[in-house]
Amino acid sequence: MAGELPTTDEATQDSGAAPGRRAFVTACGALAVTTLLVELGTDLEAEEQAEGPERYDPREHYYGMGIDIDKCIGCGRCVEACKAENDVPRDAHSFRTWVERYVIHADGETAVDSPSGGIEGFPEPTGEAGVLRTFFVPKLCNHCANPPCVQVCPVGATFTTEDGVVLVDEEYCIGCRYCIQACPYGARFLHPTRRTAQKCTFCYHRVVRGLVPACVEVCPTGARIFGEVHRRSSPLERFRRFNEIQVLKPHLNTDPKVFYANLDGQVR
Amino acid sequence: MRPMQGYVYPNEFELHWGLLIVVYPYLTGLVAGAFILASLARVFNVREVQPVYRLSLLTALAFLIAAPLPLLAHLGRPERAFEIFLTPNLRSAMAMFGFVYAWYLMVVLLLEIWFDYRKDLVIWSRGSTGVLSLVRRILTLGATDLSEGALRFDAGAGKLITIVGIPSAFLLHGYVGFIFGSVKANPWWSSVLMPVVFLFSAIVSGIALMLLIFMISSLVRFKRVDMACMDKLAAFLMYALVVDFSLEMLDFTQRLYEAEESIRILSQMLSSRLVLSLIVLQVLVGTVLPLMSLALVAPTVRKQGLVKVPDELRRLIYFVVAVLIQIGIFSTRWNVVIGGQLFSKSLRGLTVYKIELLGIEGMLTAGAIVVLPLVILLVLVKLLPPWPDAEAGATAGIGLGLAVSPARR
Amino acid sequence: MAGRSARRWVAAVPQQVRHLGAIFALLVAGLVGARQVLVPKTFGERGHYRAAAVDSIVAQEIGYAGHAACETCHPDIADKKGQSYHRGVACEVCHGPQAAHVLAPMDHKPPAPRERAYCPLCHGYNPSRPTGFPQIDPVLHNPVRPCISCHDPHDPTPPHPPESCAACHGEIARTKAISYHAELPCTQCHAVDRRHSVSPRQQRPSKPTTREFCGRCHAQDADSPPEIPRVDLASHGPGYVCWQCHYPHHPEAR
Repeated sequence: MAGELPTTDEATQDSGAAPGRRAFVTACGALAVTTLLVELGTDLEAEEQAEGPERYDPREHYYGMGIDIDKCIGCGRCVEACKAENDVPRDAHSFRTWVERYVIHADGETAVDSPSGGIEGFPEPTGEAGVLRTFFVPKLCNHCANPPCVQVCPVGATFTTEDGVVLVDEEYCIGCRYCIQACPYGARFLHPTRRTAQKCTFCYHRVVRGLVPACVEVCPTGARIFGEVHRRSSPLERFRRFNEIQVLKPHLNTDPKVFYANLDGQVR
Repeated sequence: MRPMQGYVYPNEFELHWGLLIVVYPYLTGLVAGAFILASLARVFNVREVQPVYRLSLLTALAFLIAAPLPLLAHLGRPERAFEIFLTPNLRSAMAMFGFVYAWYLMVVLLLEIWFDYRKDLVIWSRGSTGVLSLVRRILTLGATDLSEGALRFDAGAGKLITIVGIPSAFLLHGYVGFIFGSVKANPWWSSVLMPVVFLFSAIVSGIALMLLIFMISSLVRFKRVDMACMDKLAAFLMYALVVDFSLEMLDFTQRLYEAEESIRILSQMLSSRLVLSLIVLQVLVGTVLPLMSLALVAPTVRKQGLVKVPDELRRLIYFVVAVLIQIGIFSTRWNVVIGGQLFSKSLRGLTVYKIELLGIEGMLTAGAIVVLPLVILLVLVKLLPPWPDAEAGATAGIGLGLAVSPARR
Repeated sequence: MAGRSARRWVAAVPQQVRHLGAIFALLVAGLVGARQVLVPKTFGERGHYRAAAVDSIVAQEIGYAGHAACETCHPDIADKKGQSYHRGVACEVCHGPQAAHVLAPMDHKPPAPRERAYCPLCHGYNPSRPTGFPQIDPVLHNPVRPCISCHDPHDPTPPHPPESCAACHGEIARTKAISYHAELPCTQCHAVDRRHSVSPRQQRPSKPTTREFCGRCHAQDADSPPEIPRVDLASHGPGYVCWQCHYPHHPEAR
């Protein structure tokens, strides 16, 4: 049982020491955790896993996320997991993902709130008279295929990887915050001490090892679905086949890769 | 001010671009405006404004030197700023800053000033010793040829650069407007008119600034203020102001008439957060009042102005108008930069801007950066006197009696 | 010859241009040189960014090991949970990020939340939660006792079935309690199979489907107390079933 675990340890240390990307990726492919996952089978594609110890090739993947509004219970576990996994500052205005609550009143007024990003859940609203509909909406970086943030970065410190993930180079970012202005979704923030832009990475460090993003891992109701776009065997593609899908602010032509099912028109 | 209201995305809690980014377009606007005024004198041969030609060039240079400072100070990691020159992202409006700035500083302003002053520099630095003279000698770059052909070349090159400089000045400030106008995520900024509005407000602010500097410098030097020049400046100021105001109203009308999704939150912002800075300072104090004053006293429609007033009073009115316009244009920049961040991109709430006094992005830094170009200008004026009576060969010259005829050497 | 003509050509260029040209050449050379030195090695390898940045992002430490890692060592709990309503809830939702525990099981013991405040994060009544998601009122539902005294988190179905409908249908119970229908028991309108409290999804209660059902109290000729409001079933909203306009748990609401 525990016999396999030291292997994992070694592999992780290896990967930490390997300098080049290629060497690293090889090491990471050899990671025992991945092998472990192959044997067990995970949410990720079976044939992806079958490659197992071979190196991770970003060109063979293209990631996206699905969110089912009808399943979100607003528990905020995703927000907590994101902060824990990615060492996100624990203040009330630095979030890589957060949950919003919409309360649409019968008179057409819509109230939205997100106390502390929803990390501690939501207090029961007072005065619920006249509520027409109410629901939760998890938000995160949309990893747009046509990302305005990447377009405006003056130095090339934010970029789209070959597998479709928008990342920030923390050692190169000059902290001009133009990307924060350009993001229509409020998905970026300036790290209060590092003074560089930060955002959701789709937990890229997990994804290349065959794990799902932390928020997806901990979502108790399966409201978040991670997978590959345009691959029929992907859980995300299945989600997109069986649901009517919307994206946020489609008129801006950012081409988001976070797909919402059962999204209300009031959500912006 | 009222606290946050409605819903604001959690990450929008803080304003990301503060006072320093208000100062930046304000300064570049003055650069572009001052330069365009200078080119009026040179390219279009407006004789009346000839006295401010050199002064405008130096002012443009002084403000251009200070212009990147607010940007640098506001960066999260200023020590990495050089990356913008190393690996500029050609698709980024902001990355173009490096190129536009370098082009404008190196190719346009410095060259034009150099060609214009070269003869004087050579003459001033001759025969005298001392630090000032040494600096001037270095500034000649060793190009001491004062033959007729060389001087003709100077004039020609200067004129050519000015001609190139006009579109460059348009580019410099139009580009600053584009930085904001191209942000499609922000309905307050996203507008094709933004670069044009920036440009004309730049011209307005630049002319007003030159009016102030010209007047003050004349008074400080105990010279009679050249009213012909002042009147011409005031007339140009009025024309520019009319165009600027029309464009702003066009932009405003278009937004109001289209009444897109964002109109609700924007009008909420206008009627609560921007009453003072937009309606009072920018429109009433900064535009309508100066416009009416200029229309009455400046020689635009008629040679004498609609109301004939004595020179002293007119001068005073020009002075007040120019100050009001500076306040108005600064408010314009404020309303664009800060206004564009006071509402949430969820279009559901308004936030507040808490302005700091101290701190790197505080009022003191911003104030220092606004004052700095005036200090630089003072140094430049000492180094390169822009006064017509200081020109070598014009009169006895300043400090050196070497009135060498440029024809022979 | 060639040298002399070249020199003459150079001499023909104005002195100013020659000197400026030299300075500009110096500047350009400086910039090009600086670029050579300062541009990061891997910049531009895969696009307009530092390819090495991907390495440092990938090198980030993993906090959540993933449920598959837990299940290898804890098959008994995994099996138990796999059969329960919590089958979709990953271990690390409650036990926190445990990659450290996977690497050194004895050194890092996963915490387990035992306090009463934890479970309502998901199961406390909140109207914004999707209909049908099991919710309780943390104030009224067996006060003070920790949730785990009745519910095993790995198999949360309570040992004895809930006694009142309100235990699960808190939202409806509370709405009904302040309405004119407060006095009516749920069974007045719903036929509930005994097994519903154990397998709620398999045995769903019935719902009234006809106008006549409501008419039993609210029709003009109904045999019910006189203070109950009456309607003429023939003329009052013909063609609609009552609940299409009146919410039965709060009928006076609009």
